[in-house]
Amino acid sequence: MSEDILKLIDQKFGSKVQIEEKSPTRAFVMVEKEALLDVARFLFQEHGARLCTASGVDTRWGVEILYHFSLDPINKIVSLKVLAEKPFLQVDSVGSFLPAANWIEREIHEMLGVEFLGHPDMRRLLLPDDWPEGEYPYRRT
Amino acid sequence: MSYTVPIGPYHPLLEEPEFFTLKVEGERVVDMDIRIGYNHRGIERLAQTKTWEQDTFLIERVCGICSTSHPIAYVNAVEDLLELEIPERAKYIRSIVGELERLHSHLLWVGLAGHFIGYNTVFMWAWKYREPILDVFERITGNRNHYAMMKIGGVRRDILKEDIPDFLAAMDELARQNEMLTKAVIDDPVLHARLKGVGVLSKKDAIEYAVLGPTARGSGYDIDVRRDSPYAAYDLVDWNVIVFPEGDVFAKAAVRLLENAESIKIIQQCLRCLQELPEGDFSVPVDQIPPGEGIGHGEAPRGEVFHYVRSDGSNYPIRHKIRAPTFQNLPSFKASCIGETVADVALITASIDPCYCCTERMIAVDADNGKKLLDGQDLIRLCQEKTERMRKRIKVST
Repeated sequence: MSEDILKLIDQKFGSKVQIEEKSPTRAFVMVEKEALLDVARFLFQEHGARLCTASGVDTRWGVEILYHFSLDPINKIVSLKVLAEKPFLQVDSVGSFLPAANWIEREIHEMLGVEFLGHPDMRRLLLPDDWPEGEYPYRRT
Repeated sequence: MSYTVPIGPYHPLLEEPEFFTLKVEGERVVDMDIRIGYNHRGIERLAQTKTWEQDTFLIERVCGICSTSHPIAYVNAVEDLLELEIPERAKYIRSIVGELERLHSHLLWVGLAGHFIGYNTVFMWAWKYREPILDVFERITGNRNHYAMMKIGGVRRDILKEDIPDFLAAMDELARQNEMLTKAVIDDPVLHARLKGVGVLSKKDAIEYAVLGPTARGSGYDIDVRRDSPYAAYDLVDWNVIVFPEGDVFAKAAVRLLENAESIKIIQQCLRCLQELPEGDFSVPVDQIPPGEGIGHGEAPRGEVFHYVRSDGSNYPIRHKIRAPTFQNLPSFKASCIGETVADVALITASIDPCYCCTERMIAVDADNGKKLLDGQDLIRLCQEKTERMRKRIKVST
C-alpha cells in the first residue's frame, strides 16, 4: 500500500488520467473511457483498494459514473470518474473482473440506461418485471 | 434430481423484502440467485426534491433499525463538501447515539438468531437486555427509534449533565448482562457443533465481494470505518476492532457479541468526556451549501454506509447516492451458501443480518408438478430439529 497512490496513478497512466486532490482523504480521478479497466485493476489488484460503490450522475453530456475505491489503511477514497457520452452511453464493465461491482452496475443500467460492456449478468435487479423498456427513473430529463 | 426453492419476496417483519431462488439436489444447495427491489422507494430521487436540511430526516427513513447510521454518513458527506469541522461535544454525542444503535441492533440479531436455532432462552435474554437501551434513547432523543439527532454542522439536542450518571449506570448494568450472554453463547458446546464450519465465506471471497461490517470481520477482513477513516469521536476514545478469521456463522456471531462490549466502552468514555465539556456548544450554523461534491461514510451495525452528494450551489442536492451495507453483503451468498444444506441456509442468510422474514416465506416446490414440499415454518422446524439432534448427541439437557 502506498501513501502516494495518486502519484503512482499519474506516473503509470499519464495522459489518460486527470487528478484532482480535493483533500488529504478524498481524490477524484478523471479517467479516459478506454483506460478505466486498467486503472480499476491497478487499484484493486496491486493496491488492495476496496470498491465501496459506484454513482451515476446524469449530466448534459452523458452519464458520469464514479467508481469510489477506498484505500482503508491510508484513509483515502479515490473516485474514478468516467463519462458515458450521449447518445450511446456505453462503458466497459468493472464487474467483468470484480464481483463487488456486479450489482451496482446492474442498478446504474436500470436507473440511468448505461450499457456496461462485458458485464456477466445484466438481468433486472430492482425495477419490476413489467417496467417499460427504455424508461430510466433517475434521468434528469 | 434437482428442485428449485423460492424464498420470498414478501416479508412482513424487518427491513426490505428480497427473493432468493435456491437450486437444491436432495439436501444440498447447488446454485442460487438473488433478486431485490421489491421495496425500492426511490429515496435517492426523492432526496433531490428536498432541501439539504430536510434530507437529513428523509435519509433517516432509509432503515428503521440503523436509522442513525444513514444520517451520520449523510452529514459526513455534506461536511466533507463544506470542509466543516464540528464542535467536540457534537462529536461525542454522535458517537454515543451511533454506538447505542449498534448495541440495540446486535442484541436484536442475537435474539433472533437464537430463536432460529431453537435457543429461545437466548431470544428472551437478548431482547430483555435491549429494552433499557431504548429507554436511554428515549431520554436522550425523545424517541425509541428514528432519533432525528443529526444535523449538518452538529447535533440537534444536547445530553444534559444531570442525566449522565443514570446513563453510566445503565451501561454498567448492560456490560454485566452482555458479558453473561456472550459467555453463555461462546462456551456452549451445542452452538459450537451447530455453527462452526457452516456457511464459510473465505477471506478471498470477502475481499472480492467487498463485504462489510461483521460479515467482513468474521472472515478475517480487517476493515472498520470507525478506525480507518475516523469520524465523530472514534479517534478520541480507546477501543478495539474485533476480527475473527474463520468466516463461519459462529465467527460472525462472536464478532457481534464482542463488539457489544467495545460499544459499551466507547459510550462510557464519551459520556465521561461530556461531563468535562461545557454544555450547549453542540452545533455550528451552516448558511449555504456551495457547488461541489462530498463523500461521507460511517460504520453502521451491518457495515459501512456510503453517501455521495453533489451540489450546484442551490438549496437541493443534484445527486444523492446511498449505498447500504446489505447491498454489498447479499451477493456474497453465492460464495457462502453453495454446497450447504437447506436447513443451514436459513442460518447463513441470517448470519449477515439482512432480514429474517425471508425464511418465513421459504417454500420448497417440486419442480415437476409445483407441489409444495416445505414452507417457512417447516424450515425453521428443520433448523431447530437439527440443533436438537446435536444436543442429544453431545448429551446436553435443555
